Amino acid sequence: MRVLVAWCPDWSVTAGLFELAETRSDRPPTSHEPAAVLKNNVVEVCNAAARAEGVRRGQRRRDAQARCPELALLPASPERDARYFEPVLAIVEELRPGVAPIRPGLMAVPAPGRYFGGEPHAAALVAQHLVEAGVWDCRLGVADDLFTAEQAARQAMVQDCVVVAPGTSATFLQELPVQVLATLDDDAGEGRALADLLRRLGLRTLGDFARLSAAEVSNRFGAFGLSVWQRAQGAAPAGLGSRTPPPELACEVGFEPPLESAEAVCFSVRTTAERFVQGLSARQLVAVAVRIEAEADGVVTSARTWLHPRCFTSRDLVDRVHWQLQAGTAGSGLRSRRDSGAVGAPIGRVRFLPETVEAAADHADGLWGGGADEQVTRGVARVQAMIGFDAVRVPVLQGGRGVADRQASVTWGERPVGLRPLDRPWPGRIPGPAPARVFASGLPAEVVDESGRSVAVTERGVVTGEPWRYRIDAATDIAVRRWTPVSSWAGPWPVDDGWWLSTDASGRGRSARFQLVGVDGRAWLLVWSAAGWSVEAAYD
Amino acid sequence: MSAQVVELLQQRIESLQGAPTRLTVPVHPALEDLVQLRTGTSYAVDSASLALALAAGASRAGEWVGFAGWGDFGAEAASQWGIDLRRTVLVPEPGDLWLEVAAALVDVLKVVVLKPTTLVDPKSAAVLDARLRARSAILVVWGAWPRVEARLSAERVAWNGADRGRGRLSRRELRVVVDRGGRRSVRDLELP
Repeated sequence: MRVLVAWCPDWSVTAGLFELAETRSDRPPTSHEPAAVLKNNVVEVCNAAARAEGVRRGQRRRDAQARCPELALLPASPERDARYFEPVLAIVEELRPGVAPIRPGLMAVPAPGRYFGGEPHAAALVAQHLVEAGVWDCRLGVADDLFTAEQAARQAMVQDCVVVAPGTSATFLQELPVQVLATLDDDAGEGRALADLLRRLGLRTLGDFARLSAAEVSNRFGAFGLSVWQRAQGAAPAGLGSRTPPPELACEVGFEPPLESAEAVCFSVRTTAERFVQGLSARQLVAVAVRIEAEADGVVTSARTWLHPRCFTSRDLVDRVHWQLQAGTAGSGLRSRRDSGAVGAPIGRVRFLPETVEAAADHADGLWGGGADEQVTRGVARVQAMIGFDAVRVPVLQGGRGVADRQASVTWGERPVGLRPLDRPWPGRIPGPAPARVFASGLPAEVVDESGRSVAVTERGVVTGEPWRYRIDAATDIAVRRWTPVSSWAGPWPVDDGWWLSTDASGRGRSARFQLVGVDGRAWLLVWSAAGWSVEAAYD
Repeated sequence: MSAQVVELLQQRIESLQGAPTRLTVPVHPALEDLVQLRTGTSYAVDSASLALALAAGASRAGEWVGFAGWGDFGAEAASQWGIDLRRTVLVPEPGDLWLEVAAALVDVLKVVVLKPTTLVDPKSAAVLDARLRARSAILVVWGAWPRVEARLSAERVAWNGADRGRGRLSRRELRVVVDRGGRRSVRDLELP
């Protein structure tokens, strides 16, 4: 079996530039400009333009920038490389099934012998399709086995193909310098070490190496050396671990003519949502994160990833479409009933893309039910339809020092993400009963001592006077807007964060917390900073 | 003991048969014997802690509870009272639609704590009361409400633990007054 290898040199850089082009609206660097992928501040991969400026693999960031100041620096991300290689695989898969991805930037496919009019023609066709997809630097090689085909691709010019005639793999390989072994794909760097060792032993080409006897190679270079030796003999195994094309799980529905109201869209996407969920369940999968895209005039006008605490049913998906389309309209948030339903631009297409799928068995209902009550879910969805999906919350606890930091709320139907862990010590938090009312932003207050001067805290953490009476200006309750004498107080407890910041208009800087109890029995948690007093919470 | 169980089961059967019955919902141990929560009725409180205490009993018994109009909800205090936050629905800012939101929550939750943003007229309150009876839910209003089964208020609150800069707030003593339309019962409590 003949093998065709397509190689995209410096794929990390290409993928990084693709990502840059997607995320940046201003002019991103093109692939003809110098760019390099850095890992741990060391150049891992750079493109030809950067190499021409003297940037090399293994250089430090500073040295690389000194050689080439306009070098575009990209972070290393193997996931990104693989993600952007996936469409490239799909392009070749359309021409010839049985693509074997070897690593991002390198793939093999059984060479289509006569179908496209011979191997060079087939390679030219693959190159043409890749260039149309924006991968202009691709090189192809055709040979009897994978190793030879890869080496042939590495010898090829840009968008060109090197064909090694059947039965001539050994001749082709034996002229190559041993340095090509450095490109062998292995994690331990054995290929690089072997290439270096062979060079120091005076073996300049693979032919020199191949002329050793198998016993000598096995004794001196071990199993890895022997496998390389076999490849250099032109006897590498030709089998490809070809992949099965991934199933198409995304579903979309088009509307002709485009629909103008969210209700109409929701009504029309119902069957598509059911098909989407069924397509997943046919593979024993459920979606826990779904991306919903809505198109108007062929442009994606609204796209959002929705997380579900359990898994999406078709009704959940329809709800999410409704909320997403409503949120796009002006005046989102709290809405009255009248203006709900209109969408910004007529929707021509809605697409469901599964972002995270999990095995259905993990989410199956127990024999006696489980998860959120079905009835509660429905009822809360009704409230969400009334006042906006993000107006219904689920309170959650998280770690933190201040009382407001120690809690958060998640939109009903979403999963909490990015919470601080609770099991850390959190020095500076106030133990004891927690306040029943926690104000999102502090209410300004005044605390004075017996002589009427405002109470402050010195740099040593001592109060300048004993709190005598207090007043909370912005409270909704009239009673606490009047001066109230203090019956007991505790503190000051210096706040452990932010003291190094200068006291500016935002009120950060040195601060300390107090608990004040008024003669009326109300207890408050106040924080003092140089900008003034504010009430964080009430022990109501 | 067994008589109580039989009574409870009979109530269950009645409720399953569709008749709007008055089930009792467990209350927090601190308020036991002082007030009994019966479904289909509304209660008024004047302090956040009492509202949490009334919701805590049902939540500890595995029911769903909801809080509407309570923008400064203290989640940590709620969980210290024993409210399971995973079975809690919070609508911090229902806006002008607070009555509709409360009605929708009453449909599906056992205890709904409502903090009205505006004064409610007796007619809307009566509509909500009817919904409460039909759904066997309990409404706890933190504020004013035209007709309630009982009104709980905290009086003579005294905090222990803080003393002129030393210590910290640890416990409070308070007198809870339950006003059932003229009949008053009083209990001195010590709460954390």
